[in-house]
Amino acid sequence: MTLSIVLVTFAGFWFPLIMAGLVFAVSLGVAAYSTYVERKFAAFLQDRLGPSRAGPWGILQPLADGVKMVMKEEIIPNVSNKFLFILGPAIAMLTALMTGAVIPWGPKINIGGEWFSLQVADVNIGVLYLLGVVSIGVYGIMIGGWASNNKYALLGALRASSQMISYEIAMGISVITLIMLSGTLQTSEIAAQQHGFWADGWFTWNFFKNPLTFLIFFICALAETNRTPFDLPECETELVGGYHTEYSSMKLGFYLFAEYVNMFISSAVMSLFFFGGYNFPFMDELSNHPNLVAVIGAASMLIKTLFFVMVFMWIRWTIPRFRYDQLMNLGWKILIPLSLANLVATGITMWATGKIG
Amino acid sequence: MSNHDIGKLAEPEEKVYTTLNLGPTHPATHGIFQNVLKMDGEIIVEAEPTIGYIHRAFEKLAERRPYNQVTPITDRLNYCSSPINNMGWHMTVEKLIGAELPKRVEYMRVVVMELARIADHIICNSVIGVDTGAMTGFLYIFQWREKIYDIYEQICGARLTTNIGRIGGFERNFSDKVWSLIDDFVRDFPKGLTEFSNLLERNRIFMDRTINAGPVSQKMALEYSFTGPNLRAAGIDHDVRVMNPYSSYQDFDFTIPIGTQGDVYDRFMVRQQEMWESLSIIKQALKNIDRKSPVFSGDVPEFVLPEKAEVYNNMEALIYHFKIVMGETEVPAGEVYHSVEGGNGELGYYLISDGGRTPYRLHMRRPCFIYYQAYPEIIKGSMLSDAILTMSSMNVIAGELDA
Repeated sequence: MTLSIVLVTFAGFWFPLIMAGLVFAVSLGVAAYSTYVERKFAAFLQDRLGPSRAGPWGILQPLADGVKMVMKEEIIPNVSNKFLFILGPAIAMLTALMTGAVIPWGPKINIGGEWFSLQVADVNIGVLYLLGVVSIGVYGIMIGGWASNNKYALLGALRASSQMISYEIAMGISVITLIMLSGTLQTSEIAAQQHGFWADGWFTWNFFKNPLTFLIFFICALAETNRTPFDLPECETELVGGYHTEYSSMKLGFYLFAEYVNMFISSAVMSLFFFGGYNFPFMDELSNHPNLVAVIGAASMLIKTLFFVMVFMWIRWTIPRFRYDQLMNLGWKILIPLSLANLVATGITMWATGKIG
Repeated sequence: MSNHDIGKLAEPEEKVYTTLNLGPTHPATHGIFQNVLKMDGEIIVEAEPTIGYIHRAFEKLAERRPYNQVTPITDRLNYCSSPINNMGWHMTVEKLIGAELPKRVEYMRVVVMELARIADHIICNSVIGVDTGAMTGFLYIFQWREKIYDIYEQICGARLTTNIGRIGGFERNFSDKVWSLIDDFVRDFPKGLTEFSNLLERNRIFMDRTINAGPVSQKMALEYSFTGPNLRAAGIDHDVRVMNPYSSYQDFDFTIPIGTQGDVYDRFMVRQQEMWESLSIIKQALKNIDRKSPVFSGDVPEFVLPEKAEVYNNMEALIYHFKIVMGETEVPAGEVYHSVEGGNGELGYYLISDGGRTPYRLHMRRPCFIYYQAYPEIIKGSMLSDAILTMSSMNVIAGELDA
């Protein structure tokens, strides 16, 4: 009894900490198993078996990879800038893991009469925080590629930085459109607005309100995470390994891992922004059992997220990649004008329908 | 302080270029050769190729080898289509000694050579896909190359460096298993090839990447004496199989696909189409081959090993067996050039014999060597990605390049 009182009293302090640990663990776990799923999925698409030796169906493969990465000899080139060489992967990993903090992973849950949100930090500028942290992420690649003192790594880093900076603009504009629709920068508020599935004769999810914004955001997310068809920074047939050519052991692991964490987080952001986040159809019928709603909500968030992760993989193993100039053309000449037009059209529609104050 | 010192932009001639060593070991160089590229960012200003990393002096080696033992050397030229190289060499020697082969043997050769052409084009086209980033098509179509290799294996026991056939025909008759494997392949391959075509041919990104990449004009192609698919992609319908038929190619009905502007996409499409044509040639040959016939070599006793039973019971057979195995077959003096349509162009053998057991001089006209001379000129001013694609679409094989 006393314990529960103590727990409840200090819950405001320990609950975000637990959530932080949970988000950290889930991001890492999902990222680790994304590598396994990616390989299995690719194998499925390509009539192969994929990893099958470590444990049943190769299910321990990510662990084996992790152990291998840690045990490998750490090679730091003599000609590199040692400090920056180590800083690069650290930044990449750090920023990848930081973004998970503002994502509401489920509805509020009730523990001992107190309400807790399944979110590490419910800041009122959550969307800005996301964009900010994501744009720091490019420094990890830039610094790593530059510090390697290798021409292939430098080319990869150049490609990565110009690509990510270019696509951030279109992504930012599409996010502005979304913010106009929802009228808030708070991620929990955006999720709450998409409550349920159907209200007032139309879908509540933002995707159905403005599919074009989602499309632009999705393409930009592919580019931001350096996935096919935008995987120029690391395309092995041109740049050997791209920005991580000189990396080995766990520092290489951090880069590869950061890519999967980024993929997971951007999928989560997509499901949060456009597909209702933790909301699921008929959630009001269960409103008497808030904790059940929370559990199903968290599960639905995870399912949507994993669905987008799978879409990322599906795209990777289906289509070729762009050339550098084509990538820039797509970013600057198609996506940015399109997102601007979308912004203006959304604004006019909102003004015409009187949804603007 | 004058204005000149402030914010002065670099003049073009003052530009600082980067040197990028593309190769000798790079995932995109199919084999070992080096390109020293002078780069302006992603644009190639100048390219300087270095060759000879796997030069094995084949032409010199051939001068010390009996004619039959030159065949394994030819395996290692364009190792993606060894049977064509082997049979080109056999036909060269047959031309020198004036041997006539039965139709059945020539048709069997046509079947094997066209299978080899399909295998060669499969590698080239799927690698173009890989270099654009599409791995899946590569793995799909490679299963069919495996099936072709299974056929080689049944015929001669080897898969990659085949050493298939002998001067004067084949080493043994095709077994029933071979015929059934070929039948299966001819029946099922269209499905696989269609699947591969659907993946890439009309893919928007693939087309954007390959159209106008690494173009070779007709004039340039002729000046560099391009042959094979690379010349045909530029729009010139030259094919050794038609222009100078060998091994009864005149009996077959097939078309020569040509491109229009000789870019990567044209080269890809020409090869795609040639696979269909090869398939049709194989079908025609299969229709006209008597599968039960025991004839698998011509009347060339000085090169075709006699049956073991003959060797034990017949004086002449024993002598020929000994001479062939010891490589002591005398060949008349003479000078002959014979070329075949190899996997990636006209593969010619220029053979001079002064009599005796070995060639006096053998020169191999290797198409890759010729393509690679034009490579720096083609990629000048293009982007790095295009240069990689150009290299893979010209199908420059280091083994043939360096010989």
